[in-house]
Amino acid sequence: MLVLPLIVVFVFSFGARGPAGGYAPGFSLENFMNLGARWAAFKNTMVLAPVGTLACAVIAYPLAYFLALRVSAKRRTLLLILVIVPFWTSILIRSYAWIFILGGKGIPALIAWMGFGSIQLINTPFAVLVGIVYGYLPLMVFPIYVSLEQLDKRLLEASADLGCPPGRTFLSVTLPLSMPGVATGSMLVFILLMGEFLIPAMLGGGKVFFVGNALVDLFLQSRNWAFGSAVAVALVLIMLVTVTAYMRATRRWAGGRADVSLM
Amino acid sequence: MKSNPTEADLPIAELRKASKHFGGVVAADDLDLTIRRGEFLSFLGPSGCGKTTALRMLAGFETPSHGDVLLDGKRVNDLPPHRRPVNMVFQHYALFPHLTVADNIAYGLRQLRPKLPAADIAKAVDHTLETVRLPGFGKRRIWEMSGGQQQRVALARAIINQPKLLLLDEPMAALDKKLRRDMQIELQSLQRSLGITFVLVTHDQEEALSMSDRICIMRSGRIVQVGSPRDLYDRPKNRYVADFVGKSNFFSGTVDSVSSTTCRISTATGQMFSGISTQSLTAGQAATASLRPEQISLTRQSGHGVKVRIVALIFLGEHTEYLVRHDTLGDFLVLVPRQSEASEGRFDLGADAYATWADGAALILADD
Ligand SMILES: Nc1ncnc2c1ncn2[C@@H]1O[C@H](COP(=O)(O)OP(=O)(O)OP(=O)(O)O)[C@@H](O)[C@H]1O
Ligand SMILES: [Mg+2]
Repeated sequence: MLVLPLIVVFVFSFGARGPAGGYAPGFSLENFMNLGARWAAFKNTMVLAPVGTLACAVIAYPLAYFLALRVSAKRRTLLLILVIVPFWTSILIRSYAWIFILGGKGIPALIAWMGFGSIQLINTPFAVLVGIVYGYLPLMVFPIYVSLEQLDKRLLEASADLGCPPGRTFLSVTLPLSMPGVATGSMLVFILLMGEFLIPAMLGGGKVFFVGNALVDLFLQSRNWAFGSAVAVALVLIMLVTVTAYMRATRRWAGGRADVSLM
Repeated sequence: MKSNPTEADLPIAELRKASKHFGGVVAADDLDLTIRRGEFLSFLGPSGCGKTTALRMLAGFETPSHGDVLLDGKRVNDLPPHRRPVNMVFQHYALFPHLTVADNIAYGLRQLRPKLPAADIAKAVDHTLETVRLPGFGKRRIWEMSGGQQQRVALARAIINQPKLLLLDEPMAALDKKLRRDMQIELQSLQRSLGITFVLVTHDQEEALSMSDRICIMRSGRIVQVGSPRDLYDRPKNRYVADFVGKSNFFSGTVDSVSSTTCRISTATGQMFSGISTQSLTAGQAATASLRPEQISLTRQSGHGVKVRIVALIFLGEHTEYLVRHDTLGDFLVLVPRQSEASEGRFDLGADAYATWADGAALILADD
C-alpha cells in the first residue's frame, strides 16, 4: 500500500500529457530530458533545504541545551510547551504573520525609518529561510533535547574530574554524545524541507520556487501529470542518494557504535 | 626520601567541620577528618549516611555549606574539580562511551597544558594498561569490555594522572563476589606500589576491614568513629560500631558498678557481664554488653556458664557457627573452632549445651 502511489508515479513519468491534460500512456524519456526546464526549482530546493536544515540545527542546539541542562525541572515543562505552542496554529496563519513582519510595513519600514536605506526582505530566499527555520525549529529542538536530556551527567563530572575545563568538556563529551539527536533532527527536517511548498509559495512570492511548488503547478494547474511525475521521480532519487550518503557518513562517524542509533 | 619534611608530615587532605545541606536534608554534618599521606582510608556506613557526599566534597563536586576542605594544607572550598589534583573512580565507572579504552585512559593526560607529545601519552597509556592487567585492550570500545574490565579501565583512567588523592566510590559494587575479592587484593597491592592515598567508599564491612589502614564509620551524616580495623573491632566506641564491624552478640542491661579497669552490668533477668568499657559510664545507666561469637565457647559439662539449646548451625570449614537459644538472654551466636570440636565433639541441632565465656571478656558499650 505504501509503495503503490510511488509505482503509479514511476509509470506515469514515462508517459505523455493527455490532450485535455492529465495522463496518456506511452514510453519515452522525454519528460526526463525536459527536467532542465524546472532547474530553478531544483536549485532552490537543493540549496535552501540543506541551508535551512543547518540553520535550524545551529539555532535549535543552544535552545535544546538550555532546556535540557540549564533550566530547573519545573520551568522546563513550561518552556517545552512554549516551543510546541506555535504548532497549534496552522503554518498558513503563521506565515501570514511573517509576510507582515518581513513585508513593506514590517522590518524594512523600521530599517528605513532608522535611516539605513531600503531593503527588500519579503519574496527573497532569505524570507523563505526565515520561514523554514521558524516552522521547523521545534522538529529540530526535540530530538536534540532528548539526546541531551539522556546524556549521563556523570560523564560531565568525570571529565571535570580528569582536569577538563567546562568549555572543553562541552566539545569533547556533550557535543559528540548529542550528535545522534542532531542527526535525527537534521534528517527529519531535511526530508520534510525537500517536499516543502507552502513556505516558499507564501514568503517567496512566486520568485523562490521549490520542487514542491513545481509539483503543485504541474499536477493542479498545468495538469501535465506525466512531466509532474518525472519531476517527482527525480526528487525522490535525489533524496534517496543524499539520505543514503548522509546515513553512511553518520554511521562511519559513530564508528559502528551499537548504542547509538542514527535512525 | 623525604625531600621536604614539613610537606610530607602535612596531612594530604582534611575536612574541617565540613557540612553539606541539600535543602532540608543534612547529608554531611560537621565532618572532621584528617587523611594521612599514603594511607588507605575507607568510609563505611549504611546507605544514605553521607559517604558519597563526603567524597564529592573532596573531589570538588560539592561545596561545603559550612566548614572547610583542605588539600595539602590549603583551603580548596572554591577550587573547581578540574583544578584539583584529585581523581575519582565513579560508582558506575562513568567511562566515555564514544571513546576507545585507550582514549578514555589518555583523557586526563590530554588535558594538560602545555600539551604532552602524543608518543608520551601513548607510552603512558600502554604502561597503565599493563598496570591494571589489560595489555593490548587499548583499541577496544567500552561496550566491548566486561564489567570487571570496565572497572579496571576506570581505575587506569584515574591513576594515570598520578593524583595526590584517589577517591573510589563503591568501585566494586557491580562485580560478583569472586571478582570483587580479586579486585580487592589487586587494589590493595596497587595502592602500595603506587604510593597514592586511596579513599574508598563502601558499605561492605568485610571490604573495609580487609583493605583499609583506617576506617571512618559514618551514620546519618556524621562520623561516629575513625580508627584502624583492629581498633574498631576491639574498641568500638558504641554499639553501632560494634554492630557494623564484625559480628557480635548484644545483651542490654544497666550498669551495676564501674571501677578503673572494669565495668559490670546486669540484664533485667539478672545475668551479669563484665569487661572494659570504651566510654565513661555511671552506675544505673543503660548499657550493652558485647560478646564476639569467638569469645563464647560451648561445652557439654553442666555447671559451666548458661544452659542453651542449639537452634541452627553453619559449617564454615575451620569453624562451625552455632545459633543458640537461652531462656532469658534470647538467641546468640557462638563460633566453635575445629580443634575444640575435636575434644568436645560436634553439637547436633536441638541438643542442649552450656555456653561459657571468660569473666571480663565482654565490652561494655554505651548505646550511643
Ligand atoms: N544532590 C542531592 N540533592 C538532595 N539530596 C541529596 C543529594 N545528594 C545526596 N542527598 C541526600 O544526602 C544524603 C546522603 O547521601 P549520600 O549519597 O552521600 O549517601 P551515601 O552514604 O553515599 O549512600 P549510598 O551508600 O546509598 O550511596 C541522602 O539522604 C541523600 O538523599
Ligand atoms: Mg553513595
